[in-house]
Amino acid sequence: MIENRKYIVIGVFCLVGLVYLSRLFYLQILDDSYSLESSSNSIKRVIEIPYRGQIYDRNGKFMVYNTPVYDLYVTPQKVQIPDTAAFCQLLSLERTEFDSIMAAAKAHSYRKPSLFLRQLSKEDFARIQDALVDYRGFEHVTSSMRTYPAHTMANALGYVSEVSRKQLEEQETPYYRQGDYIGRSGLEEQYESVLRGQRGIKFVMQNVHGVVKGSWKDGAFDSLAIAGKNLHTGIDVEIQQYADTLMQNKVGSVVAIEPSTGQVLCMVSAPTYDPNALSSRFFSKSYSKLAKNPYKPLINRPVMASYRPGSTFKLIQALVALQDGAVSPGSIFSHAGSPMKCHCNRSGRLNLSGAVQYSCNPYFYHVFRRLLYNNAERNTFKASAMGLHHWHDMVSKFGIGSRLGIDLPSELRGSLPDADLYDKLYGEKHWKFSTVYSLSIGEGELLISPLKMANVAAIIANRGWFYTPHIVSGIGEPGKGIDPKYLEKHDVGIDPRHFEIVAEGMQGAVEHGTTTLAAVIPGITMCGKTGTSQNKKGKDHSIFVAFAPRENPKIAIAVFVENAGWGGIAAASVASLVIEKYIKRRVDNHALDKKVKEANYLPAISPPKKPAPKRFVEPPKDSTAKPMIVKTVPARPVAPAQPETHSLASRPVTTNGN
Amino acid sequence: MLYMACVLMGWLNVYAAVYSPETQTNLFDMSTEAGKQLMWIGTTVLLIIAILVINYRFWDTFAFVIYGITILLLLLVLVAGSNVNGSRSWFKLGAFSLQPAEFAKLGTALALARYIDYPNVNLTKLKDQLSCAGIIALPALLIIASNETGSMLVFASFIIMLYREGLPGFYPLIAIVIVALFILTLIVPKLILFGVILALGLLVFFLTPRYQRSVQNVMVIGITAVSMIAIVAGVDFFVNSVLQKHQQNRIKVLVNPAADPLGVGWNVTQAKIAIGSGRLQGKGFLEGTQTKLDFVPAQSTDFIFCTIGEEHGFIGSAVVLIMFVFLLCRIVILAEKQRTRFARVYGYSVAGILFFHLMINIGMTIGLMPVIGIPLPFFSYGGSSLWSFSILLFIFLKLDSRRVGMFTR
Repeated sequence: MIENRKYIVIGVFCLVGLVYLSRLFYLQILDDSYSLESSSNSIKRVIEIPYRGQIYDRNGKFMVYNTPVYDLYVTPQKVQIPDTAAFCQLLSLERTEFDSIMAAAKAHSYRKPSLFLRQLSKEDFARIQDALVDYRGFEHVTSSMRTYPAHTMANALGYVSEVSRKQLEEQETPYYRQGDYIGRSGLEEQYESVLRGQRGIKFVMQNVHGVVKGSWKDGAFDSLAIAGKNLHTGIDVEIQQYADTLMQNKVGSVVAIEPSTGQVLCMVSAPTYDPNALSSRFFSKSYSKLAKNPYKPLINRPVMASYRPGSTFKLIQALVALQDGAVSPGSIFSHAGSPMKCHCNRSGRLNLSGAVQYSCNPYFYHVFRRLLYNNAERNTFKASAMGLHHWHDMVSKFGIGSRLGIDLPSELRGSLPDADLYDKLYGEKHWKFSTVYSLSIGEGELLISPLKMANVAAIIANRGWFYTPHIVSGIGEPGKGIDPKYLEKHDVGIDPRHFEIVAEGMQGAVEHGTTTLAAVIPGITMCGKTGTSQNKKGKDHSIFVAFAPRENPKIAIAVFVENAGWGGIAAASVASLVIEKYIKRRVDNHALDKKVKEANYLPAISPPKKPAPKRFVEPPKDSTAKPMIVKTVPARPVAPAQPETHSLASRPVTTNGN
Repeated sequence: MLYMACVLMGWLNVYAAVYSPETQTNLFDMSTEAGKQLMWIGTTVLLIIAILVINYRFWDTFAFVIYGITILLLLLVLVAGSNVNGSRSWFKLGAFSLQPAEFAKLGTALALARYIDYPNVNLTKLKDQLSCAGIIALPALLIIASNETGSMLVFASFIIMLYREGLPGFYPLIAIVIVALFILTLIVPKLILFGVILALGLLVFFLTPRYQRSVQNVMVIGITAVSMIAIVAGVDFFVNSVLQKHQQNRIKVLVNPAADPLGVGWNVTQAKIAIGSGRLQGKGFLEGTQTKLDFVPAQSTDFIFCTIGEEHGFIGSAVVLIMFVFLLCRIVILAEKQRTRFARVYGYSVAGILFFHLMINIGMTIGLMPVIGIPLPFFSYGGSSLWSFSILLFIFLKLDSRRVGMFTR
């Protein structure tokens, strides 16, 4: 009986063993929640931020690169500082600063590293590195900072900054995390996905205190960070910098394009700022300073500002009219019937190229009239509508009135009015040529950005085609990987022979016409056209578009100088100097160079009486006169489709210098 | 016999190997716990040799002397011991420390065996029952006094041996009922429990054939029911008033592990995560992430089983578990073969002690037992426990070898 108890004892042993075995089976085989928890417990994903791609100019010069900076971290538990005073001196810290940083670090964690000092430069770090050996508990992490060695083209390059909450929430595939950097404007934004590279993920094991203890499974599941691709641009940094100096103390744009490729050679938005200001740890301070600047340096004027093109639009009018057969190269018009004054006093003697050369307003009044009525319709209202429709089609092929599609994020459309717009404004059949004739000389409802005018110059230089202007000419390596749309030739539908007529007039304009000597470059045949963008708020804007040389053109350019007054002199001077610099790589006309650099066309800023307008919509000066419309046009409501102009034009002006 | 030694050596290997990852240094580095453990193993081998050399009669003869020495040590440690984790139960000798409570089991086992070996001892008699209880209770109380409640509980394991030696089944049954009620009280609301007990009592009463309803039987049923209710009521008082805070928590965590996973439930939660993450095959030797990275507390001592579970998976832990059960059964079978009552009683004591350690230790890591700080035999780091378990086991083997020797002679 009692001997049998051994079986009970053994039975109990085995029973407990079985119960435990089944419990183990449940824990280890059936229930996988524990194994999942273990991963999140001890294995930590560490994100490796790849090197952001760098940006080069057309000659391989750096426009943007990454400067290594050093963030100093402190682990309070390990800290050993033999001499705090000496340590503070080494890092040029006040004792109180040191104490507060250490207190914050200790509050964060004793065992985990906390940020001690951010973005120490290489020089600073080299200085303290040796001495730092004496102090335990400090470690550095290399990170990088965008650096702009050319100090130029701030707006087109853009900047990077920490990703915003909104962007974090709106991203489709979750990539960015709090604290990540993201390209915010210009190329940095446009090419963000290329520049940022691919983040690496490293799995490391951490112990219960969150201290990293080495890689997990020897990195079998790690993915390496792939550095961002470099961008090669068509920008010529030297030209860009030179144009910068020419545009100092002016508001406006310089856009130069290589006609044969559509690559942008320079893109100046004046006034500009040093892009390095927005890359350092002083970002927010610099940014708010720029945002408050009344000249609005943060607007990338070449693509974001729109102007009425003034006389430069006559180039398009001439080409369209020739193609349409509305006029012939030899057409001569008297000034009779034109409500517009002629500045050239050569009435009735000019053929088409002459009219271009002397920018004869009445001539183009008639050209546009012919254009609109160049159809079978006898009713002038209907004929105007048909004619304008046709005209709109032809002109829009030049890229007017729509986004060209440059590789910048903020390009505005501008405006090219069509029959629908006038139907809306006046009612169908309630308008005709005499209502819209100001379009003939580039006034009225036209709005064109400097980039588009430069492209028009490139089209004429190419005698009828263009590549969509673009800044980046190669992704990863020069000439590779760019969007195929930039390799697609666009034909504007104008017979090449018509361009010779216009080019003839443009050459004449430079040599004998409206610009008279200001723009002549010895040894280079330049074709150009001045323009005045009428500005009721202040002095008119000076415009000049050009290309050179006339045969086999190397550069097409558009220069806009705001408030520089009537005529194209100010803009033409800048353009000719840039062209000379680009083609000859030097400038011989030192007098002009000096004169342009010294010229100051900045409008005086008076403190605004009312709160400044929110965007760039021009507030009406008074209730009757509408700013966008030439004086001869009857007063009418402001067209809703005019989103963009520049607020500076609305400010009272005191003339400065020349 | 040799076979047993092999099994033991195998464990020592597993032990030493499993143990090293958490230090990540040389296995033989004396400054680490693994290194120290190697030293303990070395000294253990010396002890084993000594035990095998010493005449078996030594243990028989000096059983009470050894018991007396351990009692003295337990008294001494209360005065001269150093404080470790709130328990005043360690002698510090330089870098190493000794825990006399571990050896008290050995002394008690020997003393009990010696006592029961007296031919006239009959465990069905109350007098002898009380004597045995006294032998067990003396060291147990001293251990409680040194604030090492976990080790004290081990002394409950002698009930297995006593049961085998003729203690009426009534006692272990009461013990089991009390434990069961204890757990039920914590899980089920008290009133329901009261109701169920009453219903059961009435059910038994009415199911009893009318002719058997003697006053005596009804009394038994009634007393049982009332005492069960008393236990239930007492448990609540016991848990909330008698037990210390951390002990209360450990019991509450057992009942509801999710209550406070980062606080008092940390040990158990992390232990379960470590074991559960091992899956079938484990993460591989030295690859454990939970245990290696200090998520599991006391992983080298009381929670050593987590390392096995994590690194060797279900296969590894099942092998260890089965080996232990096999060892236990083997000891019982060998004990039954002993010619002397002394050897048999001792053998059962060894089996009981090992079983209790095994049940509590593994049970707590897999969330079936409350966290009680007692080591896993032969695996956990610590010289005292390794020494005491080895001595415990090898004295039995020595006794057994004498039996084998008698056969062959």
